[in-house]
Amino acid sequence: MSTDTADLSRLATPPTFQSVSTARKAKNLTATVLVGLAFLIAVVPLVWVLYTVVQRGFPVVLNADWWQKSLSGLLSRQTGGGVYHAIYGTLVQGLVCGLISVPIGLFVAVYLVEYGGRSRLSKATTFMVDILTGVPSIVAALFVYSLWITTFGFGRSGFAVSLALVLLMVPVIVRTTEEMLKIVPDELREASYALGIPKWKTIVKIVIPTALSGILTGVMLALARVMGETAPVLVLAAYAPYINYNLFDGPMASLPLLMTSERNNPTEAGFDRIWGAAITLVLIITLFNLLATVISRWLAPKTK
Amino acid sequence: MAKRIDVKDLNLFYGKFHAVQQVSLSVPPRNVTAFIGPSGCGKSTVLRSLNRMHEVAPGARVEGTVQLDGEDIYASTVDPVQVRRTIGMVFQRPNPFPTMSIRDNVVAGLKLAGVKNKKQLDEVAERSLRGANLWNEVKDRMDRPGGGLSGGQQQRLCIARAIAVQPDVLLMDEPCSALDPISTLAIEDLITELKKDYTIVIVTHNMQQAARVSDQTAFFNLLGVGQPGQLIEVDDTEKIFSNPTQKATEDYISGRFG
Amino acid sequence: MSDPVVVKPPGGTGPAGAPRGAAANTPAPPPEAPIPPQTEVEPKSPHVRPGDRIFKGLATGSGVFIVALIGAIGVFLLVQAIPSLALDNVNFLFSREWSTGDVGNMRFGILDLFLVTVVSAAFALIIAMPIALGIALFLTQYAPRRLARPFAYVIDLLAAVPSIIFGLWGLFVLGPVLTPIGEWLISSLGFIPLFAKGNVSIALGGTIFTAGIVLAVMILPIITAVSREVFDRTPGPHVEGAIALGATKWEVVRTTVLPFGKAGYVSASMLGLGRALGETIALTIILSATGSSFGWSLFDGGATFASKIALAAPEFNDPRSAGAYIAAGLVLFVLTFVVNAIARSIVAGRKEYE
Repeated sequence: MSTDTADLSRLATPPTFQSVSTARKAKNLTATVLVGLAFLIAVVPLVWVLYTVVQRGFPVVLNADWWQKSLSGLLSRQTGGGVYHAIYGTLVQGLVCGLISVPIGLFVAVYLVEYGGRSRLSKATTFMVDILTGVPSIVAALFVYSLWITTFGFGRSGFAVSLALVLLMVPVIVRTTEEMLKIVPDELREASYALGIPKWKTIVKIVIPTALSGILTGVMLALARVMGETAPVLVLAAYAPYINYNLFDGPMASLPLLMTSERNNPTEAGFDRIWGAAITLVLIITLFNLLATVISRWLAPKTK
Repeated sequence: MAKRIDVKDLNLFYGKFHAVQQVSLSVPPRNVTAFIGPSGCGKSTVLRSLNRMHEVAPGARVEGTVQLDGEDIYASTVDPVQVRRTIGMVFQRPNPFPTMSIRDNVVAGLKLAGVKNKKQLDEVAERSLRGANLWNEVKDRMDRPGGGLSGGQQQRLCIARAIAVQPDVLLMDEPCSALDPISTLAIEDLITELKKDYTIVIVTHNMQQAARVSDQTAFFNLLGVGQPGQLIEVDDTEKIFSNPTQKATEDYISGRFG
Repeated sequence: MSDPVVVKPPGGTGPAGAPRGAAANTPAPPPEAPIPPQTEVEPKSPHVRPGDRIFKGLATGSGVFIVALIGAIGVFLLVQAIPSLALDNVNFLFSREWSTGDVGNMRFGILDLFLVTVVSAAFALIIAMPIALGIALFLTQYAPRRLARPFAYVIDLLAAVPSIIFGLWGLFVLGPVLTPIGEWLISSLGFIPLFAKGNVSIALGGTIFTAGIVLAVMILPIITAVSREVFDRTPGPHVEGAIALGATKWEVVRTTVLPFGKAGYVSASMLGLGRALGETIALTIILSATGSSFGWSLFDGGATFASKIALAAPEFNDPRSAGAYIAAGLVLFVLTFVVNAIARSIVAGRKEYE
C-alpha cells in the first residue's frame, strides 16, 4: 500500500480491499430482491381478502338490527334482520369448547413438563399431540359424529360441535402451555420446594401463575381459531335462522354455518348475509386476538 | 429451634454418576459451617442432600444417613416436604416469586401451607424482614413486586422468606456469588446475626468469606475428572485456615489450585 | 425431634409441624423435657402426599387420554366404516364411482377423491414452498431487526383468517381473476395433460387451479412459522465464520442457514401438506361439482375427501351411507397421520442431533 499521501490521485496498488466480483454482487442482489418479493406476495392475498370482506360486509353490519335481531321469519330474499343468533352460537360453542379444552390441555402440558420427563408415555403423548395438531377438522367432526351421535345416540347439537372443537383446541393449548411452563425457571420450583411446599401446590401456586399470561394468550388465540371452524358445524349441527339458547338440543346457528347455508340463497339478501357474517366473524376473531394482547400485558410478571 | 445435623457415610448419585463419596460430618447447633472446595467437588450436592433437595433432580439417589437431632431425614416414614419445611434453603441466585408482592413473597411458605390469618401473616412478614435486615428498606412498599428490588435486596428477601417458616436449620448455597461487594457484606453481617437462632450451613467459593463468617469449615475435593467428590477434612475454621491436617487443604487454601 | 412446635406461628403449620415428632429417639440432651411424639393427623408413611398423588394422577391421566384419543379416533371411524364397506359393491380403493343414495346398492370408491386431494395439495405445496422459504429467509435474515416482528405478525395473521372466508374469497374474487390466466394456459400449454381443458366450466373458476392457489395461501403461514424457527437457530459462529471469509449476504445464507435449516424446512412443508390434504370448507366452496371423473388437469373440478364429506354431511341420516363417508374420512385420517408423522420425525431427529 502506498504511503505517499501527497499523490492522492494515484491508486494504491494492490487495492486495499478486493472488489467483490460483479457476478457475486448480482447474485446477492437477486436473492435480496426475491426474498423481499416473497414477503410482498404473501401480503397481497391478506390485504385482498380483508379488503373484500370489509368492502362487501361493512355496509351490512352498520345496521343496528344486524347485532340485535335474528333471521327468524324472514324469507330468503328479504333483506334486514340480523345474526345475533349466530353470534350467540359461535361464542357459546367456542366458550364451552374452551371450558373443556383448557383443563385437559393444561394437565397434559403439566404432565409433559413437570412429571413426564423422558418416560415412554411422555414421548408417546408428545407425538400424539403433534398428530392431533394435524388431524383435519372434518375428521374430528366425523369422530364426534360416530361417537356422540351414532354410538351414544344423541342428536345433532351445538354441544356436539363443541366436542369436535375440543379435539382441535387441546393440542394448541398443550403446545403453548408447554412452552410457557418450560420457560419458568427451575429456581422458582426449587425455592418453593425448599419452603416445604408440596410439588402439586408448587405447580398450582407458583409455576402456573408465573406462566399464566402466556397460557391465557395462547387460550385466546386458540379460541379465535376454533370459532372460525366450519367443518364441525356442517357435520354436527343443523342450522336455525332463529335463536336457540339450548346448547344440547335442537338446531343452532353459528356464523360459519349461517354463511354456508346462505350460499344456497342466490339473492341479494343472501349475499349480504354471507359477507356480513364474514366481517362479523373477522371482528370477533380480532377481538379475541386483541384480548390476548391485553391479557399478556396485564398479567405479565411485573418488576416495578 | 436450632438443631444439630449428623451426616454418616453419605454417598450421592446422579443416575450412574457417583457424585459424592463417603461423607461423614457433624454440624453443631447455632453454628455456621462453611463448605469450601474447587468447582465440581460436590459441596453443593452435599448441601442439597441435607434438606432432600438433591432428589428433586431426575435420577438422583442417596445412600447413607443424615440425622437431624438424631432423626434420620431419609427414613421411609419421613415426608421430604416436611424435611424442607424444617430445613430452609437460600439459593445462589436470588429467586423471589415474580408474581407475588414483597409481603406475599415473605409469607409464601405459610400462605401456601394454609395460613389465612392476615394479622398473623403481617406479623410474620415484619418479623422475618426485620430478621433479614430488609424491613426498613421495604416497609413502605410491601405491595410492590419482589422482582423490583435490587439483587442484594432480593437475596435478603429470599432469606426472609426462608426464615418466615421458622426452620431449624438454614442452608445457603453460595448466597453471595451473584451479588456486589456491598450487598455481600450485608448478607455476611446477617449470617452472623442469624447464627444466634439457627444452625447454618453455607457453601462458598470465597475463602475469605468462609474465614469471616464460619465457625467450622469443611473442605471438599475430587481426585480427578469423573471421580466422586470427597470430604477431605472438617475442623474449626481457625484451624483449617492456619494449620490444616491435610496437604490438599493447605494447597487449596494457599491458592495453589482450585 | 423432641422439639415442640411452639416456635411455629400458631396454626401456621397446619399438619406441617408434626411429622418430625415421629422418632423420639433423641439422645441429645436439650434442656426441654422430651415431648412425646405429637401425633397429629399426619399419616405415617407419607411418601407421596394425597394432594400430589391426585394431581399427578390427573396430569398423567390427561397424557394417557391424549394417546388413547388418537387410538379412539381410528377405532371409532373403523367400526363405523366396516359395515358400509361390506355393503360396497365396487372396489373401495380403486373405484371412481360414488353413489350412496340407494343403500341397497351402494357403490363407492375413493380413487377420484384421493387423486383430487393429492393433486390439489401437491399443487398448493409447489406454489407455497418457494414463497414460504423466501419469507422465512426475509424475516430471519434480511428484514431489519426492528421490523422482523411486526412483519412476522402480518404473516401469522394469514393463519388467523377462517378458511371459510378464504373459500368465499377464492370463489367470488380470486376465481374470476384467474379465469383469463387459466384460459391462456389452456390455449398455450393445453397439450400437457395438466393444463388440458378440464371437466368443469372455467368461467366459474371452480377448478383445482383456483383451489390450489387458495390452499397455498392458507399453508404459507404454517410453513413459514416452522422454517423461521429453524433458521433462527442457525449457530451464530457458523454465520460469523462465513461473514469473516468475506461472503456476501446471499453466500452466508446459502452456505450456513440453508444447510442447517434444510431438514426443518422440509418438515415444515410436510406439515403444510398435511394441512392442505385435510382442508375442508375452502375446497367445498371453491371446487365445482362434476359428473365426470378426474382427468389429471388442473382445470378439472371434483371433490377432495374433506369436501365430499362436508357436502354430504348435512344429509347423514342412514348409518350405512354415512359409513361410506366415514370410510373416506378414515383414509384421510391415515393419510394426514402418515404425512404428519413423517414431518415430526424429521424435526425430532434434527433436535436430538443438535
